[in-house]
Amino acid sequence: MDLRFTPEEIAFRQEVRAFIGENLPADIHAKMKLGHGPSKEDTVRWQRILNAKGWAAMSWGKENGGPGWTAIQKMIFLEENQMAPAPELSSFNITMIGPVLIQFGTEEQKKRFLPRAANLDDWWCQGFSEPGAGSDLASLKTAAKLEGDHYVVNGQKIWTSTAHHADWCFALVRTNPNARKRQEGISFLLIDMKTPGITVRPIISIDGSHHLNEVFFDDVKVPVNLRVYEENKGWDVAKFLLGNERTGIARLGKSRERVNASVDLAHKVNMNGRPLIEDGVFRQRVAQLQVDMKALEITQYRVVSAHDKAGGGRPDPLSSVLKVKGTELLQATTELAVDVAGPMATPMWAEELAAMNEPDELMEAGSASTGSYLFLRAASIYGGTNEIQKNILTKAVLGL
Amino acid sequence: MDFDPSDDQRLLVESVTRLLADNYGFAQRKTYLAQPEGYSTAMWSKFAELGLLGLPFPEAYGGFGGGAQEVMLVMQAFGRVLVLEPFLATVVLGGTAIQTAGSDAQKQALLPAIAEGALKLAFAHGERQARYDLTDVVTSAKRSGAGWMLDGSKTVVSQGEAADKSIVSARTSGDRYDEDGITLFLVDAKSQGVARRGYLTRDETRAADVSLSNVFVADGDVLGEVGKGLAIIEKVVEAGIAATSAEMVGAMEAMNEMTLEYSKTRVQFGQPIGSYQVVQHRLADMFMAQEQGRSMAMLATMSAENADDAERRHDFALAKVGIGQAGRYVSQSAVQMHGGIGMTEEYAVGHYFRRCMVIERLFGDPAYYLQRLANEIV
Repeated sequence: MDLRFTPEEIAFRQEVRAFIGENLPADIHAKMKLGHGPSKEDTVRWQRILNAKGWAAMSWGKENGGPGWTAIQKMIFLEENQMAPAPELSSFNITMIGPVLIQFGTEEQKKRFLPRAANLDDWWCQGFSEPGAGSDLASLKTAAKLEGDHYVVNGQKIWTSTAHHADWCFALVRTNPNARKRQEGISFLLIDMKTPGITVRPIISIDGSHHLNEVFFDDVKVPVNLRVYEENKGWDVAKFLLGNERTGIARLGKSRERVNASVDLAHKVNMNGRPLIEDGVFRQRVAQLQVDMKALEITQYRVVSAHDKAGGGRPDPLSSVLKVKGTELLQATTELAVDVAGPMATPMWAEELAAMNEPDELMEAGSASTGSYLFLRAASIYGGTNEIQKNILTKAVLGL
Repeated sequence: MDFDPSDDQRLLVESVTRLLADNYGFAQRKTYLAQPEGYSTAMWSKFAELGLLGLPFPEAYGGFGGGAQEVMLVMQAFGRVLVLEPFLATVVLGGTAIQTAGSDAQKQALLPAIAEGALKLAFAHGERQARYDLTDVVTSAKRSGAGWMLDGSKTVVSQGEAADKSIVSARTSGDRYDEDGITLFLVDAKSQGVARRGYLTRDETRAADVSLSNVFVADGDVLGEVGKGLAIIEKVVEAGIAATSAEMVGAMEAMNEMTLEYSKTRVQFGQPIGSYQVVQHRLADMFMAQEQGRSMAMLATMSAENADDAERRHDFALAKVGIGQAGRYVSQSAVQMHGGIGMTEEYAVGHYFRRCMVIERLFGDPAYYLQRLANEIV
């Protein structure tokens, strides 16, 4: 047992911090510091810089073009990248489809898709949820019928993040409607978003942003060689993917960065005529977040180091703890930011306001904080709602 | 970073667990409570035989050669069965004080005696007015011949009644709250002028108020440098926090296991209550609290050796808040999930509840440390 970082890990953290410090474009950094999310272009630009360094495919082994990092190194990288703050890597590309293809893909699929996923030449989206299949994912209905050398896909996906940016979609589809168990009739397909018959319709979320979409499939032809793993075994692929998704899901670096930003801002706003930073209630709230972040940090390292030792494989049910606690924390940090901003949290920071006003960092930060407060209500819903995570814990750990 | 115990540590846990499984059932524990000491002297001897009483001491002093990690593992096992024997007071608190500040002669005289089970110690630092402030010492020590004359009183001294010797803090110079000027003394329980008033605490262990009235302590029984006691006290307190945090993890495990078992066997509305999602989710929350608490107990243990004072203090404060909140949540939930039976003295869960409630208040409670963390924010 040794909870300390090794000298190599400390040096690695310094190397990552220095690289990000020197290479993160200043405009992206400034924008994110104020609490704005990155645009598609920002994300692409930064991921390509990281890819040129060999770091974008951070969770892949060397044989597949990744840096071959240990689980601890990956966490350090994620933390530093989030804390910078810099755009996060496309999780669809790096922690979802990449590892799936490495584990289940054909050589041809790997060769075709992995390098482009790492460089964000292809922007991937995830076609899992449907109007009738949310938490109960296995009840999905989008159908794929085999006709010669291709499937014909019909149906609808929903809550598809960034589908409007996407070049490709990995989707779960029903290939056997008569399977004994619902889970046994599902396949995993790679779908080119330019294929005729695909319609993407925006869903504007409560923060006013366009992140989510509905995706309709109307006689969409998908070549058989774009199926991953065996027909009707797609559920195994999905379980693998969702297990992988968990380890980075706590987004602890993001929480830390947001708390730091709130503390900075608390020097600049007043409470009863004194800087808010002097307010005892505010300070206690930050202290409590520090406690919760520390507990999560150590739990996270426990999970990833156990995962490393087991050589990957089945996801640790403890990763559900990371999902629940990590997203609760992330939401708490956005609440803190909104409360720090006070009345400045209420204006929408729209283009018109930017054009009319002198630069107003306080209002901009306040407005952005409300944006993430609203948007991150989704954190306890996506990736398996926190209630579903508790069901998983109940089954896997408690045996109920 | 590595969270797995070594092979030796695994063996240690196995042997302690076996000993406790054979000797520390809830019914057996009741018989220990009924003994005059309030614990089992026979178990104390068994701990000595197994090497536990010298666990963190170097082999040169009759010890086992372990450290904070070994103490953590043993305390976790102790927490699972609510061990009553004065391991914390003697080995962890007393032992840390002597290891940190004792002269070689003092170590030779005391550590082997502790390891053999022949010497019990108490850490008599807290005073009525001090609450959790470590510097708030008004008990005084004045120069007197080849020694010191102590006057004052100490309160809620854990195992203060059973101890053969107490480690007493007293002010040799300066004023109340001064960081300098506190000195530690080894005071024999039989010394003239020492009066102890013992009582049960809520966790069924015993504590005492100790009053010192013109108690003479020879120079040879000063522990550490005169006036520089605060750093030693801090070390002792940190060791105590790490150990009781681990104990709390064991207690949380036991409560969660009991509650899970109960949820499978208690039938209401024709089904085990564990089949209801509202109960399941509470159990999941309790499990998460336990694991977050375990992380904090690990943080405390592994911070003990951190030479960066500011970082170490910060991490201990984080750990103490986190473990205390986790223990409180699990305790309250365990009683709630048991319903009426959880309220009874004859059922175990309430005993765990009370031990956690006491631990929460040893060495400073979550509110105290949260305030400290809040003050540090810049």
